Amino acid sequence: MIWRFIARRTAMLVVTGLVASIAVYSALFVAPGDPATLLIGGGKPPNPHLLAEIHRQYHLDDPFLQGYWRWLSGMLHGDAGQSLSYRDSVTHLVTGRIGNTLFLIAYAAVLIIVPGVVLGTVAALRGGLGETVVTAVTTAFMAVPTFVMSVLLIWWLSVQWRWFPAYGAGSGFAGRVEHLTLPALALAAAWTAYVAQVTRSAVRTELVSEHVQTARARGIPERVVVRKHILRNASGPIFSVAGVAVAGLIAGCAVVEQAFGINGIGALLIQSAAKQDLAVVQALALITVVVFVAINTLVDVVTVALDHRVSLEGTS
Amino acid sequence: MSTYQIAALGRGSTRLGRLRGLIRGRCVLIVAGSVVAVTVLTAVFAPLIAPYDPNAVDPTAVYQPSSSAHWLGTDDAGRDILSRLLYGARSSLLAPALVTLTAGLVGTALAVSAAWLGGWYDRLVSALLDIVFGFPGLILAVVVAAMFGAGLTVAVVTLSVAYLPFIGRVVRSAALRERQLPYVSALRMLGVSGRRICLRHLTPNLLPLVLVQIATSYGYALLDVAAFSFIGLGVQPPTAEWGLMVANGSTGILAGRPEQSLYAGVVIVVFVIACNLLGGSLSQRLLGDNR
Repeated sequence: MIWRFIARRTAMLVVTGLVASIAVYSALFVAPGDPATLLIGGGKPPNPHLLAEIHRQYHLDDPFLQGYWRWLSGMLHGDAGQSLSYRDSVTHLVTGRIGNTLFLIAYAAVLIIVPGVVLGTVAALRGGLGETVVTAVTTAFMAVPTFVMSVLLIWWLSVQWRWFPAYGAGSGFAGRVEHLTLPALALAAAWTAYVAQVTRSAVRTELVSEHVQTARARGIPERVVVRKHILRNASGPIFSVAGVAVAGLIAGCAVVEQAFGINGIGALLIQSAAKQDLAVVQALALITVVVFVAINTLVDVVTVALDHRVSLEGTS
Repeated sequence: MSTYQIAALGRGSTRLGRLRGLIRGRCVLIVAGSVVAVTVLTAVFAPLIAPYDPNAVDPTAVYQPSSSAHWLGTDDAGRDILSRLLYGARSSLLAPALVTLTAGLVGTALAVSAAWLGGWYDRLVSALLDIVFGFPGLILAVVVAAMFGAGLTVAVVTLSVAYLPFIGRVVRSAALRERQLPYVSALRMLGVSGRRICLRHLTPNLLPLVLVQIATSYGYALLDVAAFSFIGLGVQPPTAEWGLMVANGSTGILAGRPEQSLYAGVVIVVFVIACNLLGGSLSQRLLGDNR
């Protein structure tokens, strides 16, 4: 059962990846005008000599499938072509920036999972006023979009209190932590609230369940009941929501990198889209989509591996 | 008379429970509803209400604090922030409305036809919806913007596609359940054509669900369009739009003039909260309390 599920999800991942790659590659041909002018970057007057050179260099006159295969196998081998607007290889552009992005995502993931789970658990276990406050605050936070949160944090913690710098990514571990705290907070805020709410309702559901009543009736210490009977059972939904949150960060970090002027691949994606530098956009979009779908698949598979009842429900 | 109306007549249920729900939901509903209504009205009547031309640049009045002349102050080009917020409501509200309506219309058509026809067509539609569901919508929009150039049209069209699964998947599974019901086989036995059953009976019965899905995704669509304008690929300056105003004001923040970004941000957040509350209460009314 579980292996069949994994096989199905992996097949789905591969299909999505292939569809994504075909869609992304054909962007070059669907776009209006000569693809070569797009590769130069929109807006510049086309020079016929340069166009012919680009056609030759990018094999633009090849049949679609042949060109697609060349591009895809290049991507798989770590060669994603040349960016004409940056005058650099796409691979070099990406490797120079991906460190900042990964650091930001990891930092935000910690800020989502740890406070989210702790807040939700405490709110559900304590109940009363604390629970109401946590629910109200998290509901409000969930409605604040990342870009508004970025601006609020820059204004509040950077300009008014001068706690953190508002711009750049910093260097070294300490410098990065200092520079990326605000972006990570902005990226995490809404998701932390979401994870807290899901945790609260999952723990709340377990709290009144029969096996917890039985455990208490048998005189098992409350500490053990909470750890072994409540949290362990509530971990399924919490884990899957946390996974969805981390996958969402991959798409969301573009906005935050742009807002805080961080030199990461999200900002690179947006800037090259604005310049219509299609070579960079294609490579980054494919990477982003594949990683996004892969994380979602991984989360689904682990969720099922942790709790076989889910796969039974899912397939029925 | 469509089957939905007949079903609604028979749905007496417990009157007391419904009354309690109405009272509980009423306060929230009134506040959220009036926020949404006022915002929509200001968007429609912006030219009548706005004290200034939203694009009137005044180099002598840059970064003015709020005063009786400029209630919310002026921005980095001396434009009146209040007027820009009022005019900005137009594209900020219209774009997500187009997104959700298009996605609702196309998504429902796809979902009902897939559930009705079944077979390879159903499998194809579901697979496509699943694949689009797996794509982050913002990334999709960025790729399309790189192809056709930045602009509001690109944002609206791409996000409409990205929002298809939110409506299509839910409606499809509801349509599958609906077509199992006895009235559908009764209609078929009466010799009603499949097209007519879909258009006159299935779709009207699914309409409440479609409306709820449209209403609940509207707030998210608004945030996505605003985020897209914020990163500079959606609405282009000098047009007034809320997301663009947040981005435009961020240079002023470092200079200690956060008004433009903060006001635009607050307007977005308040409006989206109101939309979500309204969508939630609509879903309670139309689909029952269990959602």
